Amino acid sequence: MRLQFILSEIWIGLRRNLSMATSVALVTMVSVLFLGLGVLSQRQVDTMKDYWYDRVQVSIFLCTAKSDLPNCSAGAVTDAQRKAIRGQLDAMKPLVKSVFPESQQQAYDRLKEQYKDSPSYRDIKPEQMPESFRVQLSDPTKYDVITSSFIGAPGVGDVQDQRRILDPLFNVLRGLSYGALSLAGLMVLCSVLLVATTIRQTAFSRRRETGIMRLVGASAFIIQLPFILETLVATMVGTALALGLLWAMVKYGIGYLADKLPINFITTADVLTVSPWLVAIAAGLAMLTAWFTLRRYLRV
Amino acid sequence: MIRFENVSKTYPRSSQPALRGVSLDIERGEFVFLVGQSGSGKSTLMRLILREERVTSGNVLVAGRELSTLPNRKVPELRREIGTVFQDFRLLPNKNVFQNVAFALQVLGKPRHTIKAVVPETLEMVGLDGKENRLPHELSGGEQQRVAIARAFVNKPAILLADEPTGNLDPTTSLDIVRLLDRINRTGTTIVMATHDDEIVDQLRKRVVELNNGELIRDQHRGVYGAQR
Repeated sequence: MRLQFILSEIWIGLRRNLSMATSVALVTMVSVLFLGLGVLSQRQVDTMKDYWYDRVQVSIFLCTAKSDLPNCSAGAVTDAQRKAIRGQLDAMKPLVKSVFPESQQQAYDRLKEQYKDSPSYRDIKPEQMPESFRVQLSDPTKYDVITSSFIGAPGVGDVQDQRRILDPLFNVLRGLSYGALSLAGLMVLCSVLLVATTIRQTAFSRRRETGIMRLVGASAFIIQLPFILETLVATMVGTALALGLLWAMVKYGIGYLADKLPINFITTADVLTVSPWLVAIAAGLAMLTAWFTLRRYLRV
Repeated sequence: MIRFENVSKTYPRSSQPALRGVSLDIERGEFVFLVGQSGSGKSTLMRLILREERVTSGNVLVAGRELSTLPNRKVPELRREIGTVFQDFRLLPNKNVFQNVAFALQVLGKPRHTIKAVVPETLEMVGLDGKENRLPHELSGGEQQRVAIARAFVNKPAILLADEPTGNLDPTTSLDIVRLLDRINRTGTTIVMATHDDEIVDQLRKRVVELNNGELIRDQHRGVYGAQR
């Protein structure tokens, strides 16, 4: 009886207060959507990092005969220097996962392949290209170890980390995700304030019911429960809408990009992973707000 | 059943006390009229019994409970022993007669079969059988007050407080309502009724407690309304 009674009271309450309940649901939807976008874009950056860091290499460029790099004044790299570098790299396992030596001819072929339509590289000759060791690291963040070991070593023209090229991109993405999270924070604040106002207004409009409940000796819990549950229903409807939107955005938006671009993207599985957290945050905040507001504005 | 021991009550932001030094003993099963001018402290006295307010000094005992030391979480238990009726009925306008009375049991978590048995019984007792499905606005003032009394009595409280229950009713209807309260009193329920209705008080010749300016100035068995004047 009690459950049925409470459910029917909630239903009556929601119906009577439909516009407020709708506004709570919609504001919750927008805040959870931003929160979800923020969290998912963080995951996207992580996914991309994992993907790219597995592929990025540190390149140790060796001196060519005509190189004008400061460390190459002695001329082209010698066989002995080349062997010494290779030996040193081999000694650095397991940090050094693998080493690919690239000859001048191979470097030239790759350049021609990459820029076959560009006239700027037409006059370049294979002996102008530096030969290099392409080094893959087991931990890409330890790039400094390689740099400090090889920069300035005899025969080494330069050491370059491809991560340096990617990091600005990741930083931009990271910045965007923090932006989404900040907006989410503002929206969450909006929803909390709206929920508080709604409960306050509802408590006022139902003061006769709650007054009678109080007089006949209903416990504080029973008096407050319909308010808390109504708030919970409205916020959960909003959260469900937001999760549906996030799922659709990832499935159809990101899914479309993933088909076109050779990059690892987050999938709907990521949405499912973050969903319980978003639900928990939304439900927790709603109940906490309801509880605080009721303590203040509902006499029990 | 109800005992006031030298009770004073001063509301915050008020210089005048609403009650001063009131001592009063109401036995189980008594019917007491509480009279006095507006502002004499009748409502304050009732609010203290319900623990809607706390005393400033003194002590109130209701149904074996000392209210000044009663923790907040125990207040609902106290109120289950007290039924309350008001001048303005305070019915829920969107619930019918049956639902209004059942509401008092539902919020206490009473099982459905109990509600189905007890509500019609109570409605019959207050003379509203056959009107279960009416909405409050479809009833006369007297009938609305009967619904309110049914709601206050449906849980069989030990005490029934009535704060000017006839204030909005014509004399004949008023008398009917007080007779109903008298019938309830005969079931052993203690009744405290605040009123301005001299005819009724004079006619029923019950115990009369008169307040003036927050002080108890008369406590008379089989009293009349205006003995003081």
